[in-house]
Amino acid sequence: MSQQEALFTYCLRQADDLLILSHRLSEWCGHGPVLEEDIALTNRALDHIGEARNLLTYAGQVEGKGRTEDDLAFLRAERQFVNTKLVEQPNGDYAFTIARSFLFDAYHLPLAEALTKSSDAQLAAIAGKAVKEAQYHLRHSSDWLKRFGDGTEESHRRAQAALDGLWTFTGELFVQDDLHQGLVKAGVAPDLIAIKASFDETVDNVLAEATLKRPVDGFMASGGRQGKHGENMGFILAEIQYLQRAYPGAKW
Amino acid sequence: MTDLTILEERFQAKIDAELKIEPKDWMPEKYRKNLIRQISQHAHSEVVGMLPEGNWITRAPSLRRKAILLAKVQDEAGHGLYLYSAAETLGTSREQTIDDLLSGKAKYSSIFNYPTLTWADIGAVGWLVDGAAIMNQVMLCRTSYGPYARAMVRICKEESFHQRQGYEIMAVLANGTPEQKEMAQDALNRWWWPSLMMFGPTDANSPHSAESMKWKIKRQSNDELRQIFIDRTVQQAEVIGLSVPDPALKWNEATQHYDWGTIDWSEFNNVVAGNGPCNKERMVARNKAHDEGAWVREAALAYAAKKLKRKAA
Ligand SMILES: [Fe+2]
Ligand SMILES: [Fe+2]
Repeated sequence: MSQQEALFTYCLRQADDLLILSHRLSEWCGHGPVLEEDIALTNRALDHIGEARNLLTYAGQVEGKGRTEDDLAFLRAERQFVNTKLVEQPNGDYAFTIARSFLFDAYHLPLAEALTKSSDAQLAAIAGKAVKEAQYHLRHSSDWLKRFGDGTEESHRRAQAALDGLWTFTGELFVQDDLHQGLVKAGVAPDLIAIKASFDETVDNVLAEATLKRPVDGFMASGGRQGKHGENMGFILAEIQYLQRAYPGAKW
Repeated sequence: MTDLTILEERFQAKIDAELKIEPKDWMPEKYRKNLIRQISQHAHSEVVGMLPEGNWITRAPSLRRKAILLAKVQDEAGHGLYLYSAAETLGTSREQTIDDLLSGKAKYSSIFNYPTLTWADIGAVGWLVDGAAIMNQVMLCRTSYGPYARAMVRICKEESFHQRQGYEIMAVLANGTPEQKEMAQDALNRWWWPSLMMFGPTDANSPHSAESMKWKIKRQSNDELRQIFIDRTVQQAEVIGLSVPDPALKWNEATQHYDWGTIDWSEFNNVVAGNGPCNKERMVARNKAHDEGAWVREAALAYAAKKLKRKAA
């Protein structure tokens, strides 16, 4: 695989995580537990989609075949999406949604920080814009996890169940395949061992304050980065891509 | 003269002098009640209005459109918050106001009881529904109650973007493929008359109007605002090549306004009475969100109380 192809795929991995998570969060719109949270989740969805658009546009440029952000978002099939399985998980209750975002945020913030030092100027610039947002996201999800963990018995139970259910999806965030290792050597991508260390520290600190237990590492799900998703993924794309697929070539 | 008449006269004099009424000022009970009703209805409309538009966020046809729609619906939630706060300055709690919506006691704009069936409906809602709402809201920037007027100034800044993005969606569709144009025309056909109904009953049949005008809560009548909206919107439809579904529509050189047909008020009354296409769905959705959010709100309260206690210890 050429460096160019590797960079293209690397952009897609990040973009797809953000795009699919944004989709899940936007499903909450109008149905949040309080109006302030409707606003907060929409805000996150907007930030994620903004970063995803930058990454998809850049991916299209790297690929050099004239594909736009919309071509890449609306006209790729299930097997061509390379997001982790974490972000495609259905919303569940609010504790599940918050825990899913928390686990992603604890990975996304150190990733964005590290990418600001990427040898790839465009990736560094995109990450630079995302860092502030990612800080806010992590604060938001951490605060809610603390409220749930140290709130009522019911909220504690729900938050713990959410973490336990999601933990199996965290392994995939830190897998370094050949493609990734090549990019690390070139100074484009950060070593995920460092990102994992930061993730662990955040998780331990927040869960301790939340009086929640860190789940034990067991079987870790994988496949998302290779386009082998859960059955949900097809439905997500059917929804996202409906209009572009139903009216090929139309402008919107 | 009794004390009450003196207070009432002073109050009216203030209004006549274009001074704003502030929360701590004396006001007639009916003025307060009228405002609480109007502001909370307005707040509920912002919140319920998120449902028909939220319906298309996950299916928006481009990432740009998706981001714009997300931002718009987020604005509407913000408007709901400003308005619930404005209602609170009149001595009604947000919980009570929301409970009144959920129990069906309080109303919201009937327009949100219509479904968004196709993507073009998102265009039509922005163009027509936000367009009609703006007419009302621009007027309310000068309403006599200070907190309401100030909330409206903030809201109006965002509303013009809402109207523009809707019109832009329609313009693109109207100039697109034959199917897209058909989609746009169909949306206009379905949303036109309900949008006109948004201005409320004709002046002759508007129960709260006279008093609202005297107190300068309202500053222009339903019929006046409706006519301005029609004049403006018919021209906008012409520009993008869509036709307004009213065979009686005709420019009147003498009045310098469009003459137009008659609103089917039986439809309006029917929807207000709860029999619109989506009344039940909207209330089910709001109640479901509220009920399923109960444990979340309880957790937040319990956590805040624990934190406070620890601080005190
Ligand atoms: Fe609004
Ligand atoms: Fe609006």
